[in-house]
Amino acid sequence: MAVPYYVSPEQMMQDKAEYARKGIARGKSIIVLEYADGMLLVAENPSASLNKISEIYDRIAFAGAGRYSEFENLRKAGIRYADLKGFAYDREDVTAKSLANAYSQTIGNIFSEAMKPLEVEILVVEVADGALPNELYRITFDGSIGDEKGFAAIGGQAEELRQYLKDNYQTGLDQKAAMRLATRALEAVSNAKIEPRSLEVAVLERHRAGRKFRRLSQDDLTTILTDTD
Amino acid sequence: MHSFFDSEVPGSSFFDLLRQVRSDLLPQIQIKLEGLSQAEIRELRESPHGTTILALRFRDGALIAGDRQATEGFQISSRRIEKVYKADEYSAVAIAGVAGPCIELAKLFEVELTHYEKLEGMPLSLEGKANKLSQMVKANLPMAMQGLVVIPIFVGYDVRSSQGKIFKYDVTGGRYEETDYYATGSGGKDARSTMKKLYRDSMTEDEAIAVGLEALIDAAEEDVGTGGPDFVRGVFPTVKIAVRSGLQDVPEARIREVCQAIIDRRKDAESAIRHSSREVS
Repeated sequence: MAVPYYVSPEQMMQDKAEYARKGIARGKSIIVLEYADGMLLVAENPSASLNKISEIYDRIAFAGAGRYSEFENLRKAGIRYADLKGFAYDREDVTAKSLANAYSQTIGNIFSEAMKPLEVEILVVEVADGALPNELYRITFDGSIGDEKGFAAIGGQAEELRQYLKDNYQTGLDQKAAMRLATRALEAVSNAKIEPRSLEVAVLERHRAGRKFRRLSQDDLTTILTDTD
Repeated sequence: MHSFFDSEVPGSSFFDLLRQVRSDLLPQIQIKLEGLSQAEIRELRESPHGTTILALRFRDGALIAGDRQATEGFQISSRRIEKVYKADEYSAVAIAGVAGPCIELAKLFEVELTHYEKLEGMPLSLEGKANKLSQMVKANLPMAMQGLVVIPIFVGYDVRSSQGKIFKYDVTGGRYEETDYYATGSGGKDARSTMKKLYRDSMTEDEAIAVGLEALIDAAEEDVGTGGPDFVRGVFPTVKIAVRSGLQDVPEARIREVCQAIIDRRKDAESAIRHSSREVS
């Protein structure tokens, strides 16, 4: 009878983490920036139909990097969670904090229990009403959750992007300036010109009535990025 | 709460999701009438009712409107109830019948449409939305058999064919597209009579608003359940229009103005009649 090899728990977790990190490192990156009137989400995404950024609820958006099928499942689960909660209680009771916690629990459980960890890193973004601070949570493949301020980056070149944004980000940017900063950051870390058509961009606009989420079209992007003022 | 990451949950329908994981939240209530006394059954059937709702098509889209009164037997239970609801960016639903389930259904329908749109990344077609509503009305049939009837009208702007459309429903979920106008609820017949006389093809938005409000005012005059414009309390019918740029609320100030004009005109006509009859006698 074959005796299974003994693998220590430490070793197993390390292996899983390494596996997940490698998977995520192969993917493209996503940046979220806080600007004066909202939150800007920018993903490098050559596909026009397979989205990495999505609306979850009235003021909440989602961005996922890594393996598409996995973060797509997380995205759908998040929409179901939010819609059920908003229907059972009230639309105001759906918060990014509770959603991020639910994600963290789920991803953490899968990391410790399943053979294969999720190769994903996600951001949960909420634009606040009025004077309250916006919320921005980063959840990684092992379920660890971080509360980010001002900006966040996930995906293949997240480390470099975070460094770039740390050096160049300032508060109170307008939407255009934030968009240009995000593009410059992506160009700086990839050493290549970024074309509008390889970007997927959406905003959560604080002063928009009803649902705050809006996708920026290719035309919007071209105008913002080529405008010189 | 269901498991957050459950692969068993259904596709893109919130209604199906609710049925599967939180059926207690569905608008349907199952009551056994056998055990109830006559008085209890009467009380159930006399729970607040929303009354007149109507829709009509015009050149640039479709209009949907409703009065603001809810009636409980022979009592007015609310003067400010809302019967017309935005369903999504391009469509709206108005519901007549027992107020509780009506409001629930409108709320559920709105979540249903946005839920689909978020999951699929694109909105349902207008026909798809109308069809979904039909299934939801059909699911309400057991309640309707117990007297808790819910009858919607659905209007939307169809971006594919560039026109406004109206769908009416019956209690079994039957769905019928209406090409010109429709009204239902306790004052529905009176509103329809008015629109029958005043409706013309390709009306402008202003004309459509005037015809819709005229029909509601007539319904309020003839039907005890329907509330007219209330200048004392400042309560006016709700009017929404679905056009190319999306669903818009007609502002209350404008509704007030049109109602005032209609009533002034009637006052003048009335005094003219009195005047001429005096001259004859």
